[in-house]
Amino acid sequence: MENLSQAETEKIMYDGKKIILGLIIFLGLITYPIWHNTVSGKTSYVPKPESPTDKDKKECVEPKAFIRVNHKTLLEDWKFSVVRNGIRTYQASNKKTYPISLNRTCMNCHRDKVKFCDQCHNYMGVTNKCWDCHIYPKQLSPGPLAMREP
Amino acid sequence: MQFDRRGFLKITGLTLLGLSAKPGWEVFSNIDQPDPSPTAETLAKIRWAMVVDLKKCWSAKEGCRDCIDACHRIHNVPNMGNLKDEIKWIWTESYEKVFPEHELEYSAEDYRHRSVMLLCNQCDDPPCVKYCPTRATWRREDGIVMMDFHRCIGCRYCMAGCPYGSRSFNWRDPRSFIKNINLEYPTRVRGVVEKCNFCVERLAQNKIPACVEACKEKALVFGDLKKPDSEVRKALQNRVIYQRQPELGTKPKVYYIL
Repeated sequence: MENLSQAETEKIMYDGKKIILGLIIFLGLITYPIWHNTVSGKTSYVPKPESPTDKDKKECVEPKAFIRVNHKTLLEDWKFSVVRNGIRTYQASNKKTYPISLNRTCMNCHRDKVKFCDQCHNYMGVTNKCWDCHIYPKQLSPGPLAMREP
Repeated sequence: MQFDRRGFLKITGLTLLGLSAKPGWEVFSNIDQPDPSPTAETLAKIRWAMVVDLKKCWSAKEGCRDCIDACHRIHNVPNMGNLKDEIKWIWTESYEKVFPEHELEYSAEDYRHRSVMLLCNQCDDPPCVKYCPTRATWRREDGIVMMDFHRCIGCRYCMAGCPYGSRSFNWRDPRSFIKNINLEYPTRVRGVVEKCNFCVERLAQNKIPACVEACKEKALVFGDLKKPDSEVRKALQNRVIYQRQPELGTKPKVYYIL
């Protein structure tokens, strides 16, 4: 060792081979979930919320792009409007009016929250508490919307 | 081309007229539908109240629960099966407990153990509203003491504040205790207080409260106190009116007549 120059001594890494091998194994293990998902094709998964198939149910209260971004604030506003202000009709941007109701308006078309709401919410890891109290029609009956006259 | 003043004014006038045609058309062709929902001002002209005619109520068969069943069915009120967890929007209590001040040595004998129908008094000055730290309960302009179940944190201050015991707390998840769920009305969750809401969701559809509709004896009268010719005002005319604990100053709007 004594006859090596200073520059050369700085290049030496004790147990270098083992350390680098260990590091590679470590990196491989820690990134395993990414590799695994890439190989099994899960990274290309796109949530597909089911659209209502009926012809008369093609139109949402607002355009799709608006709903996609703002459905949470819209629902929040609806809640506030009904509960706090007693205003039970919603005038959409196209001047049509809709009754403000999660069940009668939203879930009347998107009957199954598992096939609609949950698709994106689960993908994004979002939890909400809507269905702790509100009941979606599909939850009770497999058939057509069962609305019992109160 | 030469312009005199007259020609200039003509052209200017015509141009302005032309420019205003499109916006004018837009304004007048799109007359907005009037919103049927009530505003705060229209609500303030109303004061909902209920009259319970005890004589008529007692003329029903023993143990009549028509009003309670109707209310609890449409509002998804669970039947918990035990008194500790009980959720009640309408309930009954014996006469001498509801009106302890009426208990005289002999005269009250007739009424003893008669059951009196009880519900939230929809007070003018509700103590529960004062106590609620989250404003989950508040008094609407038409006098209905509302609950926002979304907002309730379950502190139960309102229950401590209410002198009438009108509020119930969901100690357990109520959903499994509801026999037939009514889709039109949500259920509640564990940790939320609930009470009678004077059927605010039915009033919005111009229906009378479910208990009033369900009573076969017509013992319950519902209406607007601010209308002199309303049914409640007529029911109260020339009668001796009782309220529960009027001395507390909460100004209850559920009246009892005997």
